[in-house]
Amino acid sequence: MRDPHSFDIDYVAHLARLELTSQERERFSAQLGDILQHFAQLDEVDVSSVEPMAHAFPVENVFREDKSEPGLSPERALENTPRKRKNMVQVPKVVEG
Amino acid sequence: MEYEAVIGLEVHVQVKTESKIFSSVGVGFGAQPNSLTDPVVLGFPGVLPVINREAVEKSIKVGMLLNGSIPRVTKWDRKNYFYPDSPKNYQISQFDQPICSGGELEIELKGPSRNVMGEHKTIALTRAHLEEDVGKLIHLENESLVDFNRAGTPLLEIVSQPDMHTPEEAYAYLTALKMLLIYGEVSDCDMEKGQLRCDANVSVRPVGQKELGVKVEIKNLNSISGVRNGLAYEIERQIQVLEGGGTLAQETRGWDAAKGMTYHMRSKEESHDYRYFPDPDLMPVRIDHQWRDRLHASLPEKPFDRQRRYFDAYGLPYTLTSVLISDPELCHFFEEAAKRAKRPRQAANWIVNNLLGELGRAGLTLSESKVFPDQIAQLVNLIGEGVISKNLAKERVFPEMFKTGDNPAAIVQARGLGQSESAEDLEKICSEIVQANPDAVAEVLSGNKKAINFLKGRVMRATRGKANPALVGSLLEELIAEKG
Repeated sequence: MRDPHSFDIDYVAHLARLELTSQERERFSAQLGDILQHFAQLDEVDVSSVEPMAHAFPVENVFREDKSEPGLSPERALENTPRKRKNMVQVPKVVEG
Repeated sequence: MEYEAVIGLEVHVQVKTESKIFSSVGVGFGAQPNSLTDPVVLGFPGVLPVINREAVEKSIKVGMLLNGSIPRVTKWDRKNYFYPDSPKNYQISQFDQPICSGGELEIELKGPSRNVMGEHKTIALTRAHLEEDVGKLIHLENESLVDFNRAGTPLLEIVSQPDMHTPEEAYAYLTALKMLLIYGEVSDCDMEKGQLRCDANVSVRPVGQKELGVKVEIKNLNSISGVRNGLAYEIERQIQVLEGGGTLAQETRGWDAAKGMTYHMRSKEESHDYRYFPDPDLMPVRIDHQWRDRLHASLPEKPFDRQRRYFDAYGLPYTLTSVLISDPELCHFFEEAAKRAKRPRQAANWIVNNLLGELGRAGLTLSESKVFPDQIAQLVNLIGEGVISKNLAKERVFPEMFKTGDNPAAIVQARGLGQSESAEDLEKICSEIVQANPDAVAEVLSGNKKAINFLKGRVMRATRGKANPALVGSLLEELIAEKG
């Protein structure tokens, strides 16, 4: 089995849509490795008797009622958008999918 | 070589709610771009999504209508990917504890003719999960524009097993699913507004082979006929590649409805690694027995169950039931009429053949009809009691009911349309007509049966159309026979 703490920095960078210089590759590899090492310590705890859980707090069924309220105006919503057109966010052309 | 296709469908349906799934801004189609957003929809830092109860309830109902298994606990996960339609760079979806597991859908294939019921099949389902819809991209020549209005709309993804083998089955599946979702009041399923969208997975294999062939995903099958046509094209394409000695690549293709063909979008190598993990902002939902029972009690009768009831309870023919069950509102209208009509089958006939026809010609919907179910029942009963003939009802009474919304009895009264009550009166008129037209009588007697129509017409004119044509016919025949 693959070591759960090993990783491919280029793959991670690709998934995050980041282009790394060779120095950055090295620096981030080391930092990410340290983080994973830190988490690896958690593996030492015996959790065989604990049911897997998605949350640490025993809180369930937090709902909103289906009532609508006004949201942001288009101007306000796009205030920080660097490029916009016709009240829409302008991005480089992407292939549909 | 004979090939067989294997098809699975992924249907996305927008769950009908007033507000978005994780925040309170309204949902809608066709609003000004980016006018239906808020900090949660746009994924601004520090926001807290809170789930919409209605979206959860309606999704559970869908799971129940599909005979799926509803888990005790369901939860939400983040599906991570970068694409401009996703403002947060992740979509809140469900990974390992979806709101419904398994399930099945009853479908009806096309029958040999319009008035014969087609074969029914059950298609197995994998799951249904509740997620948020993403924004919409508008592609221009050199750039793309993003409108986030759609983002955050509750979206239920219903995944079938690779359990279908023909485009017709896929078509029937989508038709049946749409009908069920409309019955459940989960969605209006308007495909033009993107409320129901469909992707398909399709592969082909030589008949008899167990292993599945190379799977191709088709996107943009955004109309029911698009599903049928897109699949038909793609199955044929795959068979031709194999027949020509080629190999198929696992890929995603798009359906171009205008060109009538599928085109390459991306290959498997470019497929995503979504790195799902539980959404820390959203608490799991526990569905206890009480809640389950309450939702179960609120489920509607399913379309095909209703159709079977219409056969059994009212003796309706297939053609009438298939029109009725396609629209729950129409079913309600019929059942109201059937309560008071002495012949429910006749009521169904008037609704499907006459009322829908007139509404269609006038460009009106059922809810705009001036004719109410009770009045259909009255009309059916007036004919049944022999007060008016079917013809008269059709030619004079019903058109006026449709125009004015008046009760049929009032129209009959006001227009003096009641059939002559005494059979003796009618016999007298017939006898007079026979006496006055010896030529026509002689012609009938000499074997020209059609000549009786002339006499019938005279009687109808004399009674101002009030007589029952069948009765007039038999009276005339008797009288002429006496002469012979």
